[in-house]
Amino acid sequence: MLGSTPLEFKDEAKLALADANLQKALAGMDDTFVAWRASAVERLPEFEALRDAAKGIKDHALANLDFYLERFAGNVEAGGGKVHWCADADAARAAVLAICRRVGARTVTKGKTMIGEEIAINEHLEANGITPVETDLGEYIIQLRHETPSHLIAPAIHLTVEQVGETFREAHRDLDPQRPLVDPGDMLTEARVKLRKSFLAADVGITGANFLIAETGSTVIVTNEGNGDLTQILPRVHIVIASIEKIVPTLNDASTILRVLARSATGQEMSVYTTFSTGPRRPGDLDGPEEFHVVLLDNGRTALLGTEFADMLRCIRCGACLDHCPVYQKVGGHAYGWVYSGPMGAVLTPGLIGIEKATPLPNASTFCGRCESVCPMRIPLPKMLRHWREREFERHLTPSRYRAGMALWGFLARHPRLYRLGSGLAGRFLGALGRRRGAFRSLPLAGGWTAYRDMPAPEGPSFQQLWAKRRR
Amino acid sequence: MSRDQILGNIRRALQRTAPPETAPLEARLREPPTGPIPARGQLPQPERIELFLAMAKRASASTARVADAAAVPGAVAEFLARENLPARLKLAPDPALTGLPWESRPLIEISTGASAGNDPVSLGHAIAGIAETGTLMLASGPMGPSTLNFLPDTEIVLLSAADVVGGLEEAWRLLRGRLPAGQLPRTVNFITGPSRSADIGQKLQLGAHGPRRLHIILVGE
Amino acid sequence: MPIRVGLFVTCLVDLFRPSVGLAAAKLLEEAGCLVEAPALQTCCGQPAYNSGDRKTAQAIARQVIDLFEGFDHVVAPSGSCAGMLRAHFPELLADDPRYAARAAALAAKSHELIGFLVDILGRERVEASFEGKVTYHDSCSGLRELGVKAQPRRLLRSVEGLELKELPGAEICCGFGGTFCIKYPEISDRLVSEKAEDIEKTGAATLLAGDLGCLLNMAGKLGRRGAKVKARHVAEVLAGMADGPAIGEGSK
Repeated sequence: MLGSTPLEFKDEAKLALADANLQKALAGMDDTFVAWRASAVERLPEFEALRDAAKGIKDHALANLDFYLERFAGNVEAGGGKVHWCADADAARAAVLAICRRVGARTVTKGKTMIGEEIAINEHLEANGITPVETDLGEYIIQLRHETPSHLIAPAIHLTVEQVGETFREAHRDLDPQRPLVDPGDMLTEARVKLRKSFLAADVGITGANFLIAETGSTVIVTNEGNGDLTQILPRVHIVIASIEKIVPTLNDASTILRVLARSATGQEMSVYTTFSTGPRRPGDLDGPEEFHVVLLDNGRTALLGTEFADMLRCIRCGACLDHCPVYQKVGGHAYGWVYSGPMGAVLTPGLIGIEKATPLPNASTFCGRCESVCPMRIPLPKMLRHWREREFERHLTPSRYRAGMALWGFLARHPRLYRLGSGLAGRFLGALGRRRGAFRSLPLAGGWTAYRDMPAPEGPSFQQLWAKRRR
Repeated sequence: MSRDQILGNIRRALQRTAPPETAPLEARLREPPTGPIPARGQLPQPERIELFLAMAKRASASTARVADAAAVPGAVAEFLARENLPARLKLAPDPALTGLPWESRPLIEISTGASAGNDPVSLGHAIAGIAETGTLMLASGPMGPSTLNFLPDTEIVLLSAADVVGGLEEAWRLLRGRLPAGQLPRTVNFITGPSRSADIGQKLQLGAHGPRRLHIILVGE
Repeated sequence: MPIRVGLFVTCLVDLFRPSVGLAAAKLLEEAGCLVEAPALQTCCGQPAYNSGDRKTAQAIARQVIDLFEGFDHVVAPSGSCAGMLRAHFPELLADDPRYAARAAALAAKSHELIGFLVDILGRERVEASFEGKVTYHDSCSGLRELGVKAQPRRLLRSVEGLELKELPGAEICCGFGGTFCIKYPEISDRLVSEKAEDIEKTGAATLLAGDLGCLLNMAGKLGRRGAKVKARHVAEVLAGMADGPAIGEGSK
C-alpha cells in the first residue's frame, strides 16, 4: 500500500500475495530476467573472471574513497563543472533546488535515479513550484499513478499491460477516449510523443549516475531508452545526483564493470545507450548543456564504510538479486516499504534508515543464496542479512516468543543428555500420536506450519536409540 | 564544509587520519590497468568486422557494407527507399560526411547541424565500432552534435572498417589518440542498437525515446 | 586403514526420520568407512546462528568441534548442516584463539553425504534398485554452499529401475528457510505450493532431496494437497532402504 514503511512488510507481503494484478505482472520472472541473464553469462566465458575483477576495482576504490572523490571533484571543476558535496538528503535537496531557482526553472526532466527517490527530490521540487517530469517509461507510468518504483531497473514491473493502458487513458485526456490501448507498442508511442514535448521544453535535466570516473571527472549513465541522454543534452543545465560510492578510478575500470552490468541486469551484451558526460558544452559544440553540476551525496554511506556492511557499497544497482530472489518474485518491491527492495534493499535499508525502522527486512529471507550467486560484484548478501539479525538480537528487537523458543532450543542443544531425554520423549509422544496417519493436520504451537501444510510425525525412537540398539 | 565532513567521515571509517599513500594511486591513474578482456572480440580484422556486424544485428540495428565512401550516398538512398522514409537527411558537420558525393543522389534533401527535433533521419560518423558487443562510439564536438543520436526517428551511422576494434578499452585508446591532450569530449555515446523499452509488461518495444531505427553503413575493408 | 567417519546425524533426522541416518551409515560402510555416531551430538547450531544469536551458535560449534574433530571426516546427510560446519564454523570462531584453527580444520573435513561419497570416496554407482519415476529437488545450502548438484544425479542414475525426471525449477527454494516458514508463513506457503505443483506436474511417484528440512516442508504440502507423490531422503533410495513408509506416510 502507498506510504507503507518497512515495518509493515509482513502485512504488505500478505496483500501482495493476494493482489491478482501484481501476481500476474511478476509471474514468469524466471523466464525473463533470470533466463536472459543466464543466456548472456553462458555466452561470455570470461564472466566469472570479470566478476572478480569488478569486485577488486570497487574494493580498491572504496579503500581510497577520499582520494578518488577529491580527484573526481577536481577534474569536474577543471572541466567547467561544479561539485556540490552533500552530507545528507536535506543538503542534496537544497543544492538541487538552489540551482533550479537560480536558472528560473519551471520544468525539470528526470532520467531514472534511485538517489532521486532516496532524497524524494520530486516532492521537494513540486513543493517549490517546479514541475519534475519523469522520462524513463516505467518511471513516467508510476509518476502518473503517484506510485514509487518497485524495482531497480524496471520501475513499473508490478503493473500489467492492462493497468498501464488504464493509466494512460486516465492521464492523457487530450487524446480520443475511445482509442484502443491494448498493444504495448501503441502505449509506447503515446508516451514517446508526450515526453518528447517535455524533453524539448525542460529548463533543467536531472540524471543519476551509474559511475563517477575519477580519472576524467566524468559521470556515466546507462539506459535502453535514451531518455537520460535527452534529459541531459537538451536543457541548459544538467544536474547529476550520485552517491559517493559510485566512484571508480578510471575509464578502463568502468569498462570492466560495464561488462557485467547489462548482462546481469537484462542479459544484454550492452545497454543501448552508455553515455559518458564530462562537463558542460565546449566552445564549438553544437548542442549540450551550458552548466554541469554533480551533487555528491553521502546520506549514510560513510557510516557503512569500514563496517561489516561495507561490501554493500560495491552494489551497481543491476537488480539481479531482486530478479532471482524467491521472496521478491512473490511479493514485489513495494512490500519492502522504501526505495530499495529485494536482497540488496533488505541489506541497505537498515543501513541507511536504521535497523529499528526496518526490522522485518533481514528476516524475510530463506538464505537460499541465489542472490549472492548472481551478484556481479560478489556481495555476500546472506551474510550481511545475518549480521542485521545479529544486531537485532543484541538490541532485543526480535519478538520475545522467537527469542524464548531459540533460547530453549539453544539450551537443550548445549546439554546433550537433556536433549536426548527431551527429543526421545517428544519423538515417542508425537510419534505415537501420529503414527497411523503419518502426519498432523494441526499441532498446538505449530500453527504457522500446520495452517498450510501437514506436519510429518516423528517416527518413534530417535536415531541415537536405534543406533545404540544396532551397536549391541 | 560538507566536503570536509564527508572526507573526514571516510577517513575515520577507514581508520586513517590522512589521505592514503598517493604515489601508487597516481601511478595507477597514469597507467590504468585493464581487466580481463573477453577473447570474443580479439580477432583478426576481417573476422572482427564480421563479428561487429553480427552483434549489431543481434541488437536490432540494420547494417550495410560498401567498398568506399563514394558508394555511401547510394547506400543511404537505398536504405531510405527500402524503409519508406522521407528523403530528408540531417548530417553531422563532419567533412567525412559533408564531403561525400551527395550530388549523385540529388533527391535527398541534405542539411547539417544539430537537431531541434524535426529531423526524421540523421547521419553521423562513429569514431569506433566495438566488435565484442556490436556497439558504436560517437563523441560530441563541432563535428558531432549529440542531438543527432537521439532526436531523429532514424539514425544512420557511418563507420570505417579500420575503426572496428575488439573491446571498449581499444575504443577509448582510439578516441584519446585523436584528441588534443586534455579532457574528453562533453558527451561520449556508446550506442548498441535502436532505443527500446520493456517497461510495459516486459514486452520489448523499439523506439522508446531515441531512434526507432539504427542503420550502420560500414565503409571499406 | 579404513576411513573413520563421524556421522553428524542432524537433529531433524534424529527426531523425525532416523532411517535416514541408518541409510547414511549403510552407504558409508558399503564404501568402506568405519562409521561412528557420537551419542552426545545434538545440533549444528544453525537455528541460533541464523537467528543472530552468535554466542549460542559459538557454544554449540565448540561442542561439535570437541565431539567430532578426532574423526578423519565428518559427514552429514544434510547440505544445510554440513554447510554450517564447512562454510560457517571458521567465520563463527575466527576470533576465538582456542578454537579458530580447530574450526578451520574441522571445516576442511566436513562434508555433505552424497558429495562425500562421490567427490571424496570416488563412488560412481550404488548397488540398489528402486522401481519408478523420481524427481529431485536441489536444497539451497547443499547446492550453493557445497556444490552438490551432479553427485546425487550420478548415483541415482545407477539405481536399477529408477527413472529420474528433472524437476523444472529444481534450484528454486522450497520456502522452508528454517524460521522463515514460521515468521513468514504466507510467503513460505506460496513458495512450497508452487514447488508442490511443479513436483506433481513431473508425474513422478517419488520426490527426493538431500535435506530433511526441505523434505518435511514439501512432504507436508504435498500431503495437504492430497498428492500421491511420496517423499524420501535420497540416501534411503541409494542405500536400498526405501521400503518403509515415506515421509508423512504413516502406517495405515
